[in-house]
Amino acid sequence: MENLVTETGIKKSRVPAWLDLAQSGTGLVLGIFMWVHMILVASVLLGVGSFNFVAKVMELAFLSPSGRGYPIAVVFAVMGVYTLFIVHAALGMRKFPINYRQHKMIRNQMKMMNHSDTNLWYYQAVTGFVMFFAGSVHLFIMLTHPHIDPYISADRVFSSTMWPLYLVLLGCVELHAAIGLYRLCMKWGWFIGKDARKSREKLQKFKKRATVFFLTLGVLSLLVFMIIGFRHRDKVGEHYSTQRTTIEQTIITG
Amino acid sequence: MCGQAVKEKQETQDKQDIQERARTLTFEILRYNPQVKGETPKMKTYQVKEAPGMTIFIALNEIREYQDPSLQFDFVCRAGICGSCGMVINGAPGLACRTLTANYPDGVIKLLPLPGFELIGDLSVNTGKVFRAMSERVESWIHDKHADNVDLDKLEETMDPDTADEIYELERCVECGVCLAACATKRMRDDFLGAAGFMRLARYAVDPRDKRSDEEFYDIIGDDDGVFGCMTLLGCEDYCPKDLPHQTRIAYLRRKMAFAKRS
Repeated sequence: MENLVTETGIKKSRVPAWLDLAQSGTGLVLGIFMWVHMILVASVLLGVGSFNFVAKVMELAFLSPSGRGYPIAVVFAVMGVYTLFIVHAALGMRKFPINYRQHKMIRNQMKMMNHSDTNLWYYQAVTGFVMFFAGSVHLFIMLTHPHIDPYISADRVFSSTMWPLYLVLLGCVELHAAIGLYRLCMKWGWFIGKDARKSREKLQKFKKRATVFFLTLGVLSLLVFMIIGFRHRDKVGEHYSTQRTTIEQTIITG
Repeated sequence: MCGQAVKEKQETQDKQDIQERARTLTFEILRYNPQVKGETPKMKTYQVKEAPGMTIFIALNEIREYQDPSLQFDFVCRAGICGSCGMVINGAPGLACRTLTANYPDGVIKLLPLPGFELIGDLSVNTGKVFRAMSERVESWIHDKHADNVDLDKLEETMDPDTADEIYELERCVECGVCLAACATKRMRDDFLGAAGFMRLARYAVDPRDKRSDEEFYDIIGDDDGVFGCMTLLGCEDYCPKDLPHQTRIAYLRRKMAFAKRS
């Protein structure tokens, strides 16, 4: 090994290190993004107006003189997330069982030990695989329909029957993100403190609570969107902001 | 004299009571000798009367002694030091000598050989071959180009006690192979180095007498068969019978290798 390095000048590739860092880095950003995303979406629990306010802030409405915002900001944000999503998927895919033999091995190992962290990894691989498809659909829709509006979202959920996709996506994202962020801490030795084993227990507890919290938030938000969508089923396509403007005009003129 | 007799009688009575109250354990053991042509693996059941403080290792010896002398399993020290009696006990890889039968309330104990190793027969596997290869792969010795020019009249350099402790902690590995059998990554990918190799390398990485640079360590484990292939499933951490700090040490190597400087 020594001769190989010093005499022939052949050096081992740094690519595996970069790929590992990139996988963890994209995962970290996406995981935190998904938690923030869930909290922002859950603003609908406080009312349609709250969701609209968040949506307008995301569209940078506070910077536009008309107050309508710039949906292009959403396009750029979605493009950024989409890129991270694809890069992360490509990097994560390297770890998947690539043939039946490998798949059988991991399943046998899970059956033999019933070990939580091994099982969690498998759930992560499965949820990751599902998100290749479910996540792509959602991201593509957001890319082509960047205007965020509570009624448009509710119509999409209810009248366009997107709720099954969102339900699947919600489960996958929340499981994948929480497990992934926990695994990142283990992988790189973050938050280990003085007693690594106790810290791990704490992180496991935190992971469980975060999963339950975000799943509850997600299911409730989806339910609220279903109700809004159901009530709005006769006016599909109408924007919340247009409706509000009409009401305001009626009040002013009336 | 009379007191002594009473005491002895009491002790005999106690022993009889314990024996009467003892559970009958059921051992389901994989029997297979790959050396015998045409033989197929099968599970065989044995019954053993439990004794106080009984370990799986003691029970296996009893089976071999009184029921089936052909049963193959390895042991040397019976105290968790030699690392020979690694096997899968009710699904959990561990050492037979460190596992009490009392841990199994229903009294049914299923024993399988450690997966991922060459099977010698029944519960005996060839861990030696794997560990020899691992030691060669990670070059498990002190590397110092100037070792030949050491002035033997000079006092050896002192070592920081904390560093010495850290090295000692990692030296406690008994090479039982439990960490490798508990690792789904290793099971899926045979070329993956596995926790035992990382622990060994971590031991040299903290040793100031080993002059290998980060780049030289990178040459050994800087790829997906090495530290970047570890998927942090933590089977090694959770099943190691010696409670070695796998998670923190592998994370340490990962950080060290991810940011290893190129010379």
